[in-house]
Amino acid sequence: MAINLAGIEMKNPVMVASGTYGYGKEFADYTDLNKLGALVTKTVTLKAREGNPPPRICETPSGMLNTIGLQNPGIEKFLKEAIPFLKKLKIPVIINIAGETIEEFAELAKILEKEKVVKGIEVNVSCPNVKSGGMAFGCDPDLVSKITKSVKKAVSAPVIVKLTPNVTDITLIAKAAEAAGADAITAINTVLGMSFDLKTGKPKLSRGVGGLSGPAIRPIAVRCVWQIAQAVKIPVIGVGGIMTSDDAKEFFLAGAKAVQVGTANFVDTEAAVKVAAGLK
Amino acid sequence: MPIQEKAKILDIRELAENHFKITLLSKYISTNATAGQFVNVRISEETSPLLRRPFSIYNSEPQKELIEILFDVVGEGTKMLSLKEVNEELDILGPLGTGFEIPTDKKMAILVGGGIGIAPLLFLARALKGKIPAVYVIIGARDKKHLIDKKEFDAAKCQVLTCTDDGSAGKKGLAPDFMLPILEESKSIDKETIIYACGPKPMLKACAEIAEQYKIPAQLSMEEKMACGIGACMGCVIKTKSGYQKVCEDGPVFKAEEIIWE
Ligand SMILES: Cc1cc2nc3c(=O)[nH]c(=O)nc-3n(C[C@H](O)[C@H](O)[C@H](O)COP(=O)(O)OP(=O)(O)OC[C@H]3O[C@@H](n4cnc5c(N)ncnc54)[C@H](O)[C@@H]3O)c2cc1C
Ligand SMILES: Cc1cc2nc3c(=O)[nH]c(=O)nc-3n(C[C@H](O)[C@H](O)[C@H](O)COP(=O)(O)O)c2cc1C
Ligand code: FES
Repeated sequence: MAINLAGIEMKNPVMVASGTYGYGKEFADYTDLNKLGALVTKTVTLKAREGNPPPRICETPSGMLNTIGLQNPGIEKFLKEAIPFLKKLKIPVIINIAGETIEEFAELAKILEKEKVVKGIEVNVSCPNVKSGGMAFGCDPDLVSKITKSVKKAVSAPVIVKLTPNVTDITLIAKAAEAAGADAITAINTVLGMSFDLKTGKPKLSRGVGGLSGPAIRPIAVRCVWQIAQAVKIPVIGVGGIMTSDDAKEFFLAGAKAVQVGTANFVDTEAAVKVAAGLK
Repeated sequence: MPIQEKAKILDIRELAENHFKITLLSKYISTNATAGQFVNVRISEETSPLLRRPFSIYNSEPQKELIEILFDVVGEGTKMLSLKEVNEELDILGPLGTGFEIPTDKKMAILVGGGIGIAPLLFLARALKGKIPAVYVIIGARDKKHLIDKKEFDAAKCQVLTCTDDGSAGKKGLAPDFMLPILEESKSIDKETIIYACGPKPMLKACAEIAEQYKIPAQLSMEEKMACGIGACMGCVIKTKSGYQKVCEDGPVFKAEEIIWE
């Protein structure tokens, strides 16, 4: 099951999804990380981000909503706190980044490329664009193109663009990323959702809306992967609601070259490793 | 170091209406857990309920290799948990989180538990034996129906006081109020007193205020919705003086003066 994904050599096509596996360390007590195809770390930003107020999560039918708000210690601390552990791994490490401006994406990628352990950069364009009042970069093909171009110019490592499904036509965004030089596409990030607490009459999340993940979004993710795989030539990494290797196989049938396991890691600390084992 | 394991259910019983105790066989967790830690329990193999549910370790007996959890049925997950049967296996993660600290320079401890918040306090009361000579336990509940049996605390040689909001059992009033007479009586040994509390947020806040007023340290067991329970998702934070901290890893037990109340 070994694959070469846009230049990244992986023993198997199963990675963990950004934000659901911390920086890897958190799962090391429970499972052998070296059995993963690759590890993708939680989004890191240039400056530290405190994240959103609680409550940040709630359960929904076969899924969960989250509004973590990209809490992370910022790149400087990330290099000190996360990289030493990641260096000990025998599998490729992909670092997921987000910027508040286009320039920040390139700056982050440049800093990270200096670390030998970093085998790829995953660009999270689902984060809010501070300059345009917080709308996600990933909803605008033009901005996705600009971000991709600037990151590609900054580094020689493979650049993977991770797309949001919260758009009318995801193929337009995927094509923009491909034309701008992206080496691969990850789809999908969480689906915008909302839930109310009947007892209080208020939304269950502090920010009202949040990102839906888990099995509930799998058909949406499979559909997005299928559409993108028809529209572009670069490899597509499928993510959304994968709990088992059978779930992963659906994504391969839709055209994915690799998959990521996210929310399932919370349910079973060995979920991702089991998905990989089940594909053999 | 916590582990994920399948633990056999040795016993499950309904202690009062909608109030259950499960006894689990776990050599590892019973030998490694400290008071105030919790286990994250997978309720079902299906995708709903999806996420694990956290429960405090109520009792841990390393000689018998067992742990116990105490829970109220409040929703789908706890309903399903209450229907489990003896000899079934539960997929659990634990022991998780940072539990209660037990200082060596204290002479008196006051444990305050509201409703199901009493759960981590029995384990604590037992751990305090031989370390803090006088242990008071105040068990509060909404009404008689929700009041938890005090006999395990009696057996642990604690001085137990029970109260209900409506006076239908024990004294009438809120649990934190009954700390005051104990504190007033022992004013001279304030510096040697510590408060431990677990329960609904308003109760914890009241305990924090009393602790501040009397300048006594207090340790509070906090709750927040959890996804992973192991510090990976950043879902379970509360606001503290050092920023957002994770209930599952930095807590669930926090020093009262650290917490920023909303
Ligand atoms: C560290 C920790 C220790 C806990 N220890 C115990 C314990 O010893 N005994 C016990 O009975 N309960 C305990 N809880 C609460 C318990 O986890 C919830 O009652 C349970 O998850 C509810 O699941 P459900 O599916 O039945 O309810 P849901 O349908 O999920 O929700 C029903 C109600 O329970 C509340 N709830 C749901 N999840 C949580 C949660 N994680 N924390 C607080 N409230 C929640 C919801 O707000 C809602 O009002 C603890 C929670 C935490 C964070
Ligand atoms: C709690 C949580 C945090 C997440 N954080 C990030 C993040 O920091 N960066 C990112 O690109 N995606 C993040 N995601 C999205 C996941 O990587 C993934 O795209 C999405 O959850 C769908 O996959 P799943 O259904 O398998 O979880 C997060 C998801 C969850 C549930
Ligand atoms: S529940 Fe995931 S970090 Fe605490």
